[in-house]
Amino acid sequence: MITRRQFIKAGLVGGAALAAAGLFYSRGPKQAPGGAVPPGLTLSERTIVAALVPAILAGALPASGAARSRSVEETVDGVGVAIAGLAPAAQKELAELFMLLDLAPARALLAGVWSDWAAAPVEDVAAFLEGWRFSRLALLRSAYAALHDLVLGAWYGNPGSWPAIGYPGPPEIVQ
Amino acid sequence: MKRDPYPQGLASGWQVVDASALAADRTLEADVAIVGSGAGGGIAAEILARAGLKVVIVEEGPLKTSADFRMREADAYPQLYQESAARKTKDKAINILQGRCVGGSTTVNWTSCFRTPATTLAHWQREYGLAALGVEALAPWFEAVERRLGIRNWEVGPNENNALLLEAARKLDMPVATIRRNVEGCWNLGYCGMGCPTDAKQSMLVTTIPAALAAGATLVHHLRADRLRIAGDRVEALEGVAMEAAGLRPLPWRVQVRARHFVLAGGAIGTPALLLRSRAPDPSGLLGRRTFLHPTTVAAALMERAVRGYAGAPQSIYSDHHLDSVAVDGPIGYKLEVPPMHPVLFSTTLQGFGAAHAGLMGEFENTHALLALLRDGFHPDSPGGVVQLGDGGAPVLEYPINDFVWDGVRRSWLTMAELQFAVGAKRVYVVHEACAGYATMAQARAGIAALPLKPHLARIVSAHVMGGCGMAAEEKRGVTDDRGRYRGLANVAVCDGSLFPTSIGANPQESIYGLAARNASRLAEELSGRAAPALA
Repeated sequence: MITRRQFIKAGLVGGAALAAAGLFYSRGPKQAPGGAVPPGLTLSERTIVAALVPAILAGALPASGAARSRSVEETVDGVGVAIAGLAPAAQKELAELFMLLDLAPARALLAGVWSDWAAAPVEDVAAFLEGWRFSRLALLRSAYAALHDLVLGAWYGNPGSWPAIGYPGPPEIVQ
Repeated sequence: MKRDPYPQGLASGWQVVDASALAADRTLEADVAIVGSGAGGGIAAEILARAGLKVVIVEEGPLKTSADFRMREADAYPQLYQESAARKTKDKAINILQGRCVGGSTTVNWTSCFRTPATTLAHWQREYGLAALGVEALAPWFEAVERRLGIRNWEVGPNENNALLLEAARKLDMPVATIRRNVEGCWNLGYCGMGCPTDAKQSMLVTTIPAALAAGATLVHHLRADRLRIAGDRVEALEGVAMEAAGLRPLPWRVQVRARHFVLAGGAIGTPALLLRSRAPDPSGLLGRRTFLHPTTVAAALMERAVRGYAGAPQSIYSDHHLDSVAVDGPIGYKLEVPPMHPVLFSTTLQGFGAAHAGLMGEFENTHALLALLRDGFHPDSPGGVVQLGDGGAPVLEYPINDFVWDGVRRSWLTMAELQFAVGAKRVYVVHEACAGYATMAQARAGIAALPLKPHLARIVSAHVMGGCGMAAEEKRGVTDDRGRYRGLANVAVCDGSLFPTSIGANPQESIYGLAARNASRLAEELSGRAAPALA
């Protein structure tokens, strides 16, 4: 959970942090756009989303094994597809959010996640989400809401998730 | 099943241009250029084209028809909605569902039809001098669109989700009634929000747009109306930008539509934004102001028995008790309806994440939900929002939720919880991040009273964008007059929900249809010098 002190610091940097992260990154090395990467997310963004998915979908994802990793992958793909369908302005804001989360100091300070995203324990990620969900900063609450909607939308838009909630899917139309 | 009118129509020579397939600029000539193919543009297109005028309809979204409608949220939202159904207000506190396709929101709406309420018209007469817009004066126009679009009571009976509202309202002695729907031969599937797969929904896509095309109109889709070229007090041309197939980014090609007259029907965000980008004269100073949303709250209830709110007509029952039993210009009132229950729409609206969220989704089949649509714009403390221009001229709606609206949000949660407990809800969840569910009405009362009223914590949604080019008799009080004529541009009329000086207090499609039929008929008479044709 983010502490009060971290909240206040976050308040000081506020929205400027997002812009600063953008500046920092625009001068840094560009992500290699691997040929097989689905749309909407860079490789480093995929790593972040892949860390969020098990926390947001705890209780919904298969418990373990290949089914679980496949579900995570499919959900990350779905998030990318969803982002690729958003308005350019929304895509830019999300890219800034991911840039910020990808900076180790911001990840630690703002999100309270101390390890790399790839190694972040699901409890730490859940605590980060919970902190942003109830943050006093509207900016962080809206960022939480965006991540919530993207991941849950990608999961529940996937027919593979439907049997577990008793949704039969759309009816067949016989003409 | 009804037949998709497009394959045969296109084969017979309908003039349809896909701007995403252009390889050069183009110029089109018309008597009337219509921006937008939704409720306002569609009705205007049929009337003006059948009056013998040369009509060009410009639509930013794609032409998708029943053959494309697969009843899957993951397909439908990116294809058919503005911003993949994730359009938001500036502070991102309100999610807005708005169509972006041929037929506009009528292609994806839930088919609920209401004439403009008498209380709303009386308020407009009193506050905005709109004497001509009375119940009797508008009745023939509503009758005409009701005939044209098959608007009538839904006789099949409500699905369980709607039946619960009916039963609850009766138990609490609240007036409740059946919703009229614009359908012909409806299969009662429940997927109206993803485009009607059987062409039963009498949207503009299958009614007025085909009628206009059959009468010689030209439809250009995948064309964003970028700006109006203004000379003096007249518009000379509409400058359009071709969009790539996915509809998000512009192509280098431009399409110019030169016309005698321009009808703006791009919706209450798109129309003011087009006028702002065009630096149109704004004598009232109200262009893009007083934008209303019917801010909508949601409450979910776990029931003992299956509800299966994804199946059957999405909306067939409503209650206006909390509109009709209060003063229109007092504390904000609200209309009660239910939403269709589909996995993406519901899971993304529902608060929380992880095991708690998964637990609620595990009860998806047994979940009933209610909506309260807040009637904004009638009180001095309800000024609505403002349409602004963001990056690249894209519209941004700033709509701060103030204490006046928050007060209604909290009252609406209480009302919905009371209704849900009245029909045996095991647990009620108002959609707020700090609500972990209530098992009794006493718990709900205490819990709801303590919920902090802050953006993003309370999840607020909207499917009805209205205002921004509001009508008024006096020039200084309204962007447009009671016929939709734009003040400051002699050959421009607004013909969509932007015209409303307040919200409607009901799902707005029929209000748009009726006003568009009236105003387009008058315009047809002016431009053609002959009596306007009746709707087909």
